[in-house]
Amino acid sequence: MPTVHFTDAEGTVRDVEGNAGDSVMETAVRNGVPGIVAECGGSLSCATCHVFVREDCASQLPAMEDMEDEMLYGTAVDREDNSRLSCQLRLTDELELFVTTPETQV
Amino acid sequence: MGTQAVEQETATATVPTRTGLLIIGASQSGVQLAVSLRALGFDEHITLLGDEDHRPYQRPALSKEFLQGTVESESLIFRSNDYWAGHNVDLVKGEYIVRIDKEADGSGVAHASSGREFPFKRLALTVGARARKLEIDGSGLDGVLYLRNADDALALKARVGDATDVVVIGGGFIGLEAASSLQKMGKNVTVLEFGPRLVGRAVGEETAEYFLQAHRSRGLDIRLNTSAARFTADDGGTRVAAVELQDGTVLPAQIVLIGIGVIPNTQLADQLGLAVDNGVVVDRFALASDGTTVAVGDVANMPNPVPGSEPGERIRLESVNNAIEHAKVAAYSLTGRREEYAGIPWFWSNQADLKLQIAGLCNGYDQTVVRNDRERGKFSVLYYRQGRIIAADCVNAPLDFMAVKNALAKGLNIPADAAADPGIQLKTITTDS
Ligand SMILES: Cc1cc2nc3c(=O)[nH]c(=O)nc-3n(C[C@H](O)[C@H](O)[C@H](O)COP(=O)(O)OP(=O)(O)OC[C@H]3O[C@@H](n4cnc5c(N)ncnc54)[C@H](O)[C@@H]3O)c2cc1C
Ligand code: FES
Repeated sequence: MPTVHFTDAEGTVRDVEGNAGDSVMETAVRNGVPGIVAECGGSLSCATCHVFVREDCASQLPAMEDMEDEMLYGTAVDREDNSRLSCQLRLTDELELFVTTPETQV
Repeated sequence: MGTQAVEQETATATVPTRTGLLIIGASQSGVQLAVSLRALGFDEHITLLGDEDHRPYQRPALSKEFLQGTVESESLIFRSNDYWAGHNVDLVKGEYIVRIDKEADGSGVAHASSGREFPFKRLALTVGARARKLEIDGSGLDGVLYLRNADDALALKARVGDATDVVVIGGGFIGLEAASSLQKMGKNVTVLEFGPRLVGRAVGEETAEYFLQAHRSRGLDIRLNTSAARFTADDGGTRVAAVELQDGTVLPAQIVLIGIGVIPNTQLADQLGLAVDNGVVVDRFALASDGTTVAVGDVANMPNPVPGSEPGERIRLESVNNAIEHAKVAAYSLTGRREEYAGIPWFWSNQADLKLQIAGLCNGYDQTVVRNDRERGKFSVLYYRQGRIIAADCVNAPLDFMAVKNALAKGLNIPADAAADPGIQLKTITTDS
């Protein structure tokens, strides 16, 4: 099963198993992982699903489209090189992903 | 908690004799209220009750991705069953509350149409709104549809396969979203708008005109100042076959989708004797006129939360963002804290390849600045009141949206004269004067 390890700004880690095809955002929200708000439910309109992806995981992820890139300039906590919007990241069978959630999303 | 989790699966949850908080309406606002209460440490039992036969889900996709079949129903579910069970929240589906007996201390009993009773210590009304009906000749025909909830969306999807022509009545957000989705699915779509422009008062003239041109250039047949006189049936006499307009024009239609706005569900508030005026009247802390019941989201008429708005000005907002922010206010109220609405109202609407994002509320603007970057397909309208920015509509222009939203949140301004150049990043000209 694909697994996502969410580390929050305080350092608490939550390991959540998800389903291939679901987004990282959905996996977090459905299980009540704090730190991901996702107001727009994944329609790339809110930038409240911001995560920092651990560098060595980045290569497993699809490249960013322009819209995601622009939306990332409006996140509550400033973007870094490893920033992504988690609603754009789909789980695949083998995926084991480590992400950190920002201190705030709004 | 274990037993509750199991029983929830069979939809006959064991609601204790008296729940700490009964939330009526299990949608965006009700879900957020329960979630926020748990985040604040509220430890009483919560019953989250709704009349729909689905686990609570997100509505926005119903006119967009779900209708088009690009997301599955499972993706729309807010929280897993395990989440609710693990947080001492009983989810009750398929129960419609018809009457409430309430005491002065805020406790009472809610009566469902099934005869079940739900005693509670405190009450939250998150009952939302329902589609406004169009009552004309033939409006009862099969194929004349609305789009407010999942059952509506399923009924629409079930008919899409057989239809070639669709008439959408109402050029508001939902009508235009559904029209774009159906057009993308290969249907021949006509939109009838009664008024002189699209989207009513939610956006200014320039944005309405931009959408009109953009949709027309994408092949959508939009007719303004036009209304339907009657719907006519096919040979069998039961299914809609055509829409006849006031001027006698006849448009074939195997589906008629009506999106002419919503009416807040104030029936229970009326019955309780709460103040009602275009929604349940609430104060800054989401409390209704009895001082104990909270009302949240689409159903609530609240003091305008935007900083700098006129004292006494009231507003009823219909958006996901409002449901979330308002629920947080109510959660504070229910835990004895007094926190006002935080954040700047915002909204989105996706229509074909047009991604609209609105920051703030444009009510009472006296000046607009249009940023039209035709080359890159970006378009924004900034709204000003007495020289200060109050809102923006941004189409495929997330950087503008974000800049305005951030400026509003921080009480900053984006001077109108400098903003007119679409080549300039708004973020770089934001000032505190
Ligand atoms: C098709 C569609 C697309 C949308 N798109 C967007 C969008 O892109 N962006 C955006 O910001 N917003 C959008 N919205 C608006 C957004 O979904 C609403 O603002 C939000 O759902 C309001 O939440 P609510 O919980 O206050 O009310 P509702 O979602 O209306 O929920 C109220 C619930 O209470 C139930 N109920 C009512 N009375 C009773 C009773 N007596 N007993 C039991 N249950 C009862 C209702 O059946 C319903 O399930 C859209 C809405 C629709 C319908
Ligand atoms: S959930 Fe809104 S942008 Fe990702």
